[in-house]
Parts: sequence; C-alpha cells; structure tokens
Amino acid sequence: MFKIIVDFFVPAQNDKSAEYQRRVRLVAYAIVVTMVFALFYVAASWVAGYFTGLSIMLGSWIGYLILLFLLKQGLNVFKVANIFGLIGIISIYGSIYFSGGFESPVLPWLASTPIVLLLIAGKKSGYFWAIVAVLIVLSFGLMDYLGLQFPKAYYESKEDYFTLSCQTGLVLIIFFISIVFENLRVKAFNQVTEQKNALETTLSELKAAQAQLIQSEKMASLGELTAGIAHEIQNPLNFVNNFAEVSNELIDEMKDEMAAGNMQLATEIADDVKQNLDKINHHGKRADSIVKGMLQHSRSSSGVKEPTDINALADEYLRLSYHGLRAKDKSFNVTLKTDFDENIGKLSVVPQDLGRVILNLLTNAFYAVNDKKKLNIEGFEPVVAVSTKKTGNKVEIKVSDNGNGIPQSLLGKIFQPFFTTKPTGEGTGLGLSMSYDIITIGHNGELKVETTEGVGTVFSIHLPV
Amino acid sequence: MEKILVVDDERDIQTLFEQRFRKEIKSGELEFVFAFSGEDALAYMENHESEAVLILSDINMPGMSGLELLRHLKKKYEKPPPIVMMITAYGDNENYSQAMQLGADDFLTKPVDFSSLKEKLKAKFV
Repeated sequence: MFKIIVDFFVPAQNDKSAEYQRRVRLVAYAIVVTMVFALFYVAASWVAGYFTGLSIMLGSWIGYLILLFLLKQGLNVFKVANIFGLIGIISIYGSIYFSGGFESPVLPWLASTPIVLLLIAGKKSGYFWAIVAVLIVLSFGLMDYLGLQFPKAYYESKEDYFTLSCQTGLVLIIFFISIVFENLRVKAFNQVTEQKNALETTLSELKAAQAQLIQSEKMASLGELTAGIAHEIQNPLNFVNNFAEVSNELIDEMKDEMAAGNMQLATEIADDVKQNLDKINHHGKRADSIVKGMLQHSRSSSGVKEPTDINALADEYLRLSYHGLRAKDKSFNVTLKTDFDENIGKLSVVPQDLGRVILNLLTNAFYAVNDKKKLNIEGFEPVVAVSTKKTGNKVEIKVSDNGNGIPQSLLGKIFQPFFTTKPTGEGTGLGLSMSYDIITIGHNGELKVETTEGVGTVFSIHLPV
Repeated sequence: MEKILVVDDERDIQTLFEQRFRKEIKSGELEFVFAFSGEDALAYMENHESEAVLILSDINMPGMSGLELLRHLKKKYEKPPPIVMMITAYGDNENYSQAMQLGADDFLTKPVDFSSLKEKLKAKFV
C-alpha cells in the first residue's frame, strides 16, 4: 500500500545519485506515514471534541499532499524535507497551544520533528529543528511562568483518552519512520556491499591481467635479448670448440713425444693441454653465466636483494642489448661508451629487477639514436653511454644517448603505464613505468630524466648505498 | 721477418692462435703479434711500420671498431698497403660490403675455420 503511493510520488531521476534517490523515497515515505497518522489524529480529535486541533491537522494534511506533488515535480528533496518539518512544527505548535499549552498532552510531539528530520534530511536539518523544538518548549515554559492561560479546546471528560492517543501516536510515528529509514539503509548497505564485491572481482581480474602484462613485458625484452645472447654465447663456444680441438691434436703430439722418449717435451705439451682445459672451463662458465642471466631475466623476480657488482651488471646488459639490436637490424651501428667508477663496490639490489631497468633504458636509448639516424643528419654519429658514479652515500647509474630527445609535452607522461611513442605492437608502454616502480618502490631510489630536444636524453638512476 | 697482426678484444685469441699455428710458429713460417683493440693496433703500426704485412681484425670491438681500423690503415699506409682480413660474427651483407668498400682484402666469419685460414695465410706468404 505505502509502496504504491510512494512509487507514485517518487520521480524517476536517473541523473541523480543513488543516495539522492534513496533520500527522495525516504522523504516520501515519511510524509505518507505522517499523513496516515494525521488522519488518526483527526479522528481522535473528533472523539475528544478538539475541533481546533482537527482543523489544524486537516490543514497540514493538505499541505503534505501539496508537498508530495512538489516532490513529484522534482523539487529538491532537502527543501521538501524542511518544508515538511516546518508544516509539522507549525501544526504541532498550534495543537499544543489550543490544548493547554505547557501542560498539553501534545507537547511531547515536538520531539518528533527533529528526530524525523535528522533521519530523512541529515544532521544539519536535525540540529536546526532540535533547536527550534527546544525554543518552542522554552517559550511555552516561559508563557506558563508568566501566568498566561492557554485555551483547552477539548472535552475535559475525554482528557485521558486524548492524552493516551497522543502519546501512543507519538511512539508509533517515530517508530514507523525509523523502520522506513532502517529498511532503506539496509537496502543501500546491501547495494554498496554488492558493488564492493563486484569491484573486488574486477580488481582481482585487473591484478591478474597486470601480472600477465608484466610477464609479457619481460618476455618482450627477453626477445630483444635473445639475438644478443646468442652472439654472446657464440664467442665462448668458439673458444671451447677451438681449445678442445687443439688439445686433441696436442695429446696426439704428446703421445708421439712420449713414444720417442722426449719426456721434457711431453711434459711441456701436457702443461699446454692443462692450460687449455682451464680455458675451456673458463669459457664454458662464461656461456653458463650468460644462460643463467637469461633465465634469471625471464624468471619472476625473487625480490631478494643481494650484493651485486653494478658495473658488471650494466656492462652485461649493454653488450646483450647492443648485440640483440645489432642482430635484428644489421644496419644498426652505434658507438658505445662506458665510464665505470671502480670504487662503487657491491650494492645491495635485486639484480634481475635492476638489470631490467638498465636494459629498458638502453633499449630506449638505442631506439632514440636509431630514430635520429633515419633522418640522415649530416655528421650524426650515434652514441650511447653508460656510466656509474659514487657520490656521497649514493650511486648514480647514467644511461645517455644523443638521439632526438623527448618533447616537453610528453615528458610528464613517460613514466605512465601504457604510454608509448612506438608504433602499435612495438612497445608495451610498460617499460619506463615498471622501471620507475622498481627503482622508487623496490630500491628506495630515484629515476630522473634530463632531455633536450634534438640533443639527447640522460636517464639517471640514483640508489642509496 | 713478416708478421701477422691479430686484432681482437678477446684476449684468449692469442693463446688460441699460438697453439693453432704452433708448428708454423716453431718452424718460423709465420709470426704473430697481438693487439686487443683497434687503438692498440694503430699504435703498434705506428711503432713498427712495415713490419706487419697482414692484419687480421675482428669487427665488433668496444671503442674503435674493426671497420674504423681498416679505414685508418688503408688511408695511412698507402704504399705498400698491408693486407687486411676482417673477421666477424656478423657475416651480413652490410658488414661485408662496407668492409670491401673500405678496401678489405678478405672477409671471414666466426667461427673461424683454422685449416682454411692456414691455407690462406700460407698462400699469401709462400
């Protein structure tokens, strides 16, 4: 019943927030419930012969009805609520005044306005109407104190009946409006919980997607490295093969010398073979460490910091990324410059992570100089430089290029995820943003960029010692 | 004595050449000197002009590349120009044509086939 009436008066306001719409329903319910009680009051006043109160209440009933239509027209819900409060308090004031004033059984009804307004229109309205209600009580008290005689316009014989119905009505109206409030609150809370659950699902899906992206970014950079790795492994493998072949020949010679009784010569050859085996071992280990480095790069980061030779790490990735690019693009050529500070010592970092950052900066640097080279500028010699330096309690790793630089308008975006200037499919746009996180969050350091358009770019990693 | 200057940034190349050509070195057929960068090679040529008649150089080296070394050598030592053979892991056309354009006498790819290199060297000297 209530619901049908409320639905009739509640306008469809899809442009308003859910909270606003909840409040409109709440106010509509409060007015409808009040109107029902007003009719009970009219009936009770009739029985008690309180015709003044009856007229006041009928008047307010019409006021409430108009208010409902105003609400339907889309009048602001806070205005409607407070006009509702105003009509209510005026009619209560009138009823009190004409039914014995300070001693009227209607007096407690003053409590209903601030409580109901607090529930339907919020704290501010609640405070306001509480003050108004208290002032009215005080004014009745003062009038009583000053000896003013209030009219008592109901049948004396019906006083108990009148008081009873007033007090019961008060208890019930506050209770009913609170129930409406509670129902709508629970409904709103459930909605929020539902949305929260939906958001949590979305968030976990996003996290999974992010992990996937990080993995594909790693794989993409691994792809860039493979050619370089192949080249880097080729060199030690050549040595392993060559020294093994030579040793084989040497053993034959040694046997000949031994057969001929030249123990002196045989021993010399044996020494050479021994030396060769050391070399084979050395180059085997070299290839091994390159493969390990590759595996380390593709594995998810252990996240464990360990003392790391920063210079060696930077050098390794410089070689790998250079050869990687070189193998992909035969015409690619660049002068590499390194300037390593030998006094850095070992630094506690997550080597895979820092390696990825360096790799990333290098790949970008190579890309930048290669881009500029395509412009065929007279006398342009592409240079990519890596340097390390220890200053105070910080270690700085610099990767610089003499490419085209980064336009000022893009500078603010380069560390944002998914920002890339590369053609679709060439860059994930995650390199620099992940690098930034690795340095700032993972290592408590800073990643800075200085760039001049047309002159070049310097990225510098600052790590605390 | 005619010397072969081998230029490569991998230091073990010296041990390898000395062993691969041990018989030729022992018999005095061939003599090798080594430089581990383009810059070192140029410095050696500066001090021992006309000693090295054949230069065997890697292309991919940090600092001065083998191609740059080749350009310097061919420009500086016009008469008689030393024989320069380039060795590289990247046997691509670009590298090859660049080396040839700069006047390289031969172009080998890694891994080096030592028996064919031996043939080539002997052919140049004998």
